[in-house]
Amino acid sequence: MIATYSSLAMVSSAVIYLLAMTAHALEWASARGADAKASPAGGGRVERFGRIGVALTAVGLLSHIAGVVLRGVAANRLPWGNMYEFVTSSLALVAVAYLVLVWRRGWVWLGLPVTLLLSVGQGLAVTVFYVAVAPLVPALHSVWFIIHIVAAVTSGAAFNLAGIAALFYLIRRRAEASGGARGYLARLPQASALDDFSFRVNRFAFPLWTFTILAGAVWADYAWGRFWGWDPKETWSLVTWVVYAAYLHARVTAGWKGVRAAWLCLIGVASFWFNFVGVNLLFSGFHSYAGI
Amino acid sequence: MGTLRWLWTQLTSMRTALVLLLILALVAIPGSILPQRPVTPIRVSDWKRANPALADVYEAVGLFDVYGSPWFAAVYLLLLVSLAGCIVPRIAVYARAIRTPPPRTPRRLDRLPVSATGTTTMDADAALAAGEAYLRGKRFRTVRTADSVAGERGRLREFGNIVFHLAFVLALAGVAWNQLASYTGDVIVVEGQAFSNNLTQYDDFRAGAAFKPSALEPVTVWVDGFTAKFETGEVQRGAARAFSADVRWAGTDGDVHAQTVEVNQPLRVGRTQIHLTGHGYAPVVTVTDPSGHVAFSGPVVFLPQDGNFTSMGVVKAPDARPNFLAFEGFFLPTTIVDDQGPRSVFPDALAPSMFVNVWTGPPREETGRPESVYSLSKEGLEQMTTADGVPVTFKIEPGEYVELPDGSTLSFDDWRRWTKLQISEDPGQWLIIAAVGLAVAGMTLSLYVRPRRIWLRVRPGGGDALLVETGGLDRAESSTGLGEDVTALAASAGAVDAAVRGTDETRGGQLPLDNREDAP
Ligand code: HEM
Repeated sequence: MIATYSSLAMVSSAVIYLLAMTAHALEWASARGADAKASPAGGGRVERFGRIGVALTAVGLLSHIAGVVLRGVAANRLPWGNMYEFVTSSLALVAVAYLVLVWRRGWVWLGLPVTLLLSVGQGLAVTVFYVAVAPLVPALHSVWFIIHIVAAVTSGAAFNLAGIAALFYLIRRRAEASGGARGYLARLPQASALDDFSFRVNRFAFPLWTFTILAGAVWADYAWGRFWGWDPKETWSLVTWVVYAAYLHARVTAGWKGVRAAWLCLIGVASFWFNFVGVNLLFSGFHSYAGI
Repeated sequence: MGTLRWLWTQLTSMRTALVLLLILALVAIPGSILPQRPVTPIRVSDWKRANPALADVYEAVGLFDVYGSPWFAAVYLLLLVSLAGCIVPRIAVYARAIRTPPPRTPRRLDRLPVSATGTTTMDADAALAAGEAYLRGKRFRTVRTADSVAGERGRLREFGNIVFHLAFVLALAGVAWNQLASYTGDVIVVEGQAFSNNLTQYDDFRAGAAFKPSALEPVTVWVDGFTAKFETGEVQRGAARAFSADVRWAGTDGDVHAQTVEVNQPLRVGRTQIHLTGHGYAPVVTVTDPSGHVAFSGPVVFLPQDGNFTSMGVVKAPDARPNFLAFEGFFLPTTIVDDQGPRSVFPDALAPSMFVNVWTGPPREETGRPESVYSLSKEGLEQMTTADGVPVTFKIEPGEYVELPDGSTLSFDDWRRWTKLQISEDPGQWLIIAAVGLAVAGMTLSLYVRPRRIWLRVRPGGGDALLVETGGLDRAESSTGLGEDVTALAASAGAVDAAVRGTDETRGGQLPLDNREDAP
């Protein structure tokens, strides 16, 4: 019963995020040709759409959080036992972080990509990844598992925000270089500020990700008697880690800071997602192949 | 000599480190896509059979053991050398730097990224003293000269950076040591049986080059019982829910301890860990030969073939006379027979049965050649048939017995569970964990500590009031609050409304006093 409410709340959140994304798309569209300073009327419309988007996101988040909490209640444990639960929890964290940024810094410009991420992510979660509530398999009964997951979900949310900022940095920088940003781009922070934000978030995420891997290894040692076994999940978390280490080096290397560092940041996010989703979907295929 | 030097400079440059890191990420990938021999040897042979054209090429370049391959080693060894070449000189620089006072005040403070000027009514000494007190309060190290104060803070950043990189090397050293000295072995133990930790008892054993058999912890483990619980509800029906083994163990001192071992709670004896890594069924059977002698009696380990524990195994009765007898078959914990044939539909033993073929042949000589207990070599054997030539196969349930055409019998007395114990020791593990912990700490310092330099100068500015100049620069990207520090410093020296030039936004560019580009 509670599980049904949880699913309902998750599905509603996906729909509401989709509406929020539409509002932000309109926000971007209406910024075309409406230079914020030149025509206040146009600017007002842009802002109105932006506010609607944020409000909808907040409503979606309430529903989303209800979904996560009820899921935990229904399962009678922390809701981090399978991919459906990881994805929904991690996205809830992204939404919270985003709304905090809007509230504290007025960063509505994150709206479109964040709602895109949220609606696609929640949409996939409720359709593709969904599994009914069930207790955990014995290997997951461990404090280290919980620590590991909390750290992973948190650093994942941060990597995603940093990735969005890096993407905007690349776009905005291009616009700045070719004679000034127009349309909605003009409303983004300066390229250097975007770059800076991306770095700050990554700098928070990287040590946490290192810790995630460590906690995972300790847990694996409890569960399986080995702390590192080069299984695809472990390998890809290391690949992700190494890419971010390269990113941090790129930022202090001439010729690599700026654009190339931003690309590394995006590769890092891609590798994170691949580990999160791709490894489960693709490599389980290899497993079943081997079972024949 | 010149070339060598050039090579070394290249190798230890930041750019090389960066590229090597990216290469490391790239070369780690194939090992996640292709099956790896040290991890899943069976899948490697399956893969090779399925892709014969590629198998040899892949084998030749080590793609089935990526993480043990020379080229993978080459990448991380180069990275290590680069790291050492980069970080060792920096330690020397750092050691010198912590003994040097903050740099003296530049002539033109207004050329710094952020600066401020104002006037004060304090006298020069008081203004400088107040400025110094302010900086001390903000934990700057300071140096005072006749007309100025210089402050510096944030050297922990470089310290953290060095700690991090060294800890990384330490962690790798731990991995290498562990690789050499560790061992892992598996053994299957049936409920009611025991295991003693010596090499002959293992079914499978892997150890590093530096492992010595004498290092095996002398311990005996009796597995008194094994409990397995499975999901019986609709969702995830059959999924594992709880495993535990009730064991007693005794170490060198001979004291016997009782303990329950679970999946996440291994048994630890000294540095040895004993994990439950698998389980299955062992039918208990008795075989008598035509003359009525018991030719075999006891539990026989059957190996699970699928998630519902359809298990395969062989009962061998080499002592049966006049003929050698062997039974090959399946144990099905929850049996159904439908148009797909007999199979198990649930992992727990709700309706156990065995489906058996009988093989017989002349008694075998003791060859001393070891034969797997899980499979039957059919050389010289033939399937037993009934009088009209049909092979003997039958289903049998616990408590039943079957009489065969030749007068021998098989009785299925009972079943037990077995558990696979993994015995391992990882001597380098604490080092790895400590080193990674240290690395996280160092990394956090180096990412969050913001080195900053700041100066205050007081000079006559014509008239009564003294001119106050302050200025500062950050040595790290992404610092904030430099402007505030610079104005607050001026204010502390009495220049309450000093005019500020420059902003925090200038950070991140090339900093004038400090060539950090491509350190060392
Ligand atoms: C073995 C693999 C390596 C890893 C995983 C690694 C990781 C990192 C990380 C995460 C940082 C950022 C944290 C910080 O700013 O201190 C960093 C910074 C740094 N790394 Fe590495 N590093 C490696 C190899 C190297 C090598 C070979 C060099 C020398 C060329 C090097 C030189 C540096 C320097 C100088 C910094 C400081 C940058 C700054 O001052 O902001 N690292 N490293």
